[in-house]
Amino acid sequence: MNFDKEFDASGISCPLPIVKTKKALADMESGQVLKVTATDCGAVKDMQAFADQTGNTLLSSTEEGGKYIFLMKKK
Amino acid sequence: MTTKKMAIIATKGTLDMAYPPFILASTAAALGYEVQVFFTFYGLQLLRKDLSDVMISPLANPAMPMPIPMPVMVQMLPGMESMATMMMKQKLKKHGVASLQELRDLCLEADVKFVACQMTVDLFEFDKSEFIDNIEYGGAATFMGFAGDTDICLFV
Repeated sequence: MNFDKEFDASGISCPLPIVKTKKALADMESGQVLKVTATDCGAVKDMQAFADQTGNTLLSSTEEGGKYIFLMKKK
Repeated sequence: MTTKKMAIIATKGTLDMAYPPFILASTAAALGYEVQVFFTFYGLQLLRKDLSDVMISPLANPAMPMPIPMPVMVQMLPGMESMATMMMKQKLKKHGVASLQELRDLCLEADVKFVACQMTVDLFEFDKSEFIDNIEYGGAATFMGFAGDTDICLFV
């Protein structure tokens, strides 16, 4: 799936994947998609919670070879 | 939709107890909350420009996981506090947990408001020049002014 910007959160733990996702979204435009890669398994629930509370849309949340891949569409 | 608000009172100045206020404040700010942290008593240490003196003590901290069981008589030996702090910092780094400095910077960047307790500053005769800039000074009533209208209010 296509995305407009990518952010690698590998190796960092809570709350950095969320806080830095928020920062990565800041200079994007509404409707654009951010791809986030994380290794913190806590990010799976947190990324959904982030989307629910901020109005951004979590298009997909998948796991590939020990990495968690998220596609977040900006509100 | 009105902006949600969170207030935290940070009263502890040890490495372990410094994390919860900064983690929760930076996360809430990322979720769009307006956040204010009121630092009082030992919590004021977390507003110092230099955070390298923030330590963790194994003493009176019986739940702290230790590589080997350590009797209290050993925990009180000179240098144990520095050793525990060093080990904790290595552990935090290995697991990709942000440093206090980084979390505090993220809070400030996200417009989290830090308020230092004026009474405690006077009580301990702290020099305000040792604290970071862009913080405010106030008392309990200042805190209530914000806390009275919050969705989440925590005491750490």
